[in-house]
Amino acid sequence: MGTAFVNCDETIERLYSYLDGELTDDRRREIAQHLDLCGPCVHAFGFEAELRKVIANRCRDHVPDALIDRVASALKEEQIHPQG
Amino acid sequence: MADQAQFSDLAMEYMPALYSAALRMTRNPADAEDLVQETYLKAYRSFAGFESGTNLKAWLYRILTNTYINTYRAKKRRPEIADVEDVEDLYLYRRLGGDQAAGLGRSAEDEALDRFTDTDVKAAIESLPDSFRIAVLLADVEGFSYKEIADITDVPIGTVMSRIHRGRKALQKALFEFGSARGLVGASGDGR
Repeated sequence: MGTAFVNCDETIERLYSYLDGELTDDRRREIAQHLDLCGPCVHAFGFEAELRKVIANRCRDHVPDALIDRVASALKEEQIHPQG
Repeated sequence: MADQAQFSDLAMEYMPALYSAALRMTRNPADAEDLVQETYLKAYRSFAGFESGTNLKAWLYRILTNTYINTYRAKKRRPEIADVEDVEDLYLYRRLGGDQAAGLGRSAEDEALDRFTDTDVKAAIESLPDSFRIAVLLADVEGFSYKEIADITDVPIGTVMSRIHRGRKALQKALFEFGSARGLVGASGDGR
């Protein structure tokens, strides 16, 4: 007991910290408790989590083979003739 | 202490992630390639100072980020806008009609997200000012914690948190604007 009830505004305000796993245990429990009872907030949290996945998945790029070769030979050169 | 001879074996696997981050930072493939090469050379030279067993990926990102800020940002011609405007909570969700939806299964606003292409998402991230772009990239694309991002970028954790939160909301607005301009998402928020 002793956990204060939080409303929707307070829940949405902590949405990012909650999804990022950056809340204290007490705060986390308060938000989880609200989410157990509030469909609209669960829905919004679900959307934000999905958006995060979409952003991560859409930001991958193919590394040019030439770059891999370039870095490998620069490192080899550095081993033979150190400049640092 | 870390052994320089092991460097390539340990560090090369991070190149795809570092290259993507470098592209988002420099917004230009030629600069991104130079930035990645420089990062690997600097990391190799100072690898003896890397503490084995600590987070190599975060250490490489720290070198990448510092090199970008000190070298590439300095040579940019146009001055960068330093701040983002304040955007309301749940900006994209509300515009895609999330707050009106009900029912089971995959919702319309989740499906709307699938219509955004790689190009839309990359362009939206690249539209953010440097400090916000870097914070959002490190958090959302690379999955670093606030504390790790504070260490990588050398700013207090409260500043990191504020940049991530505000940067994400600005990113949602940019995404929505790119999507509307291409007719992917309805400006009315009702694309169904």
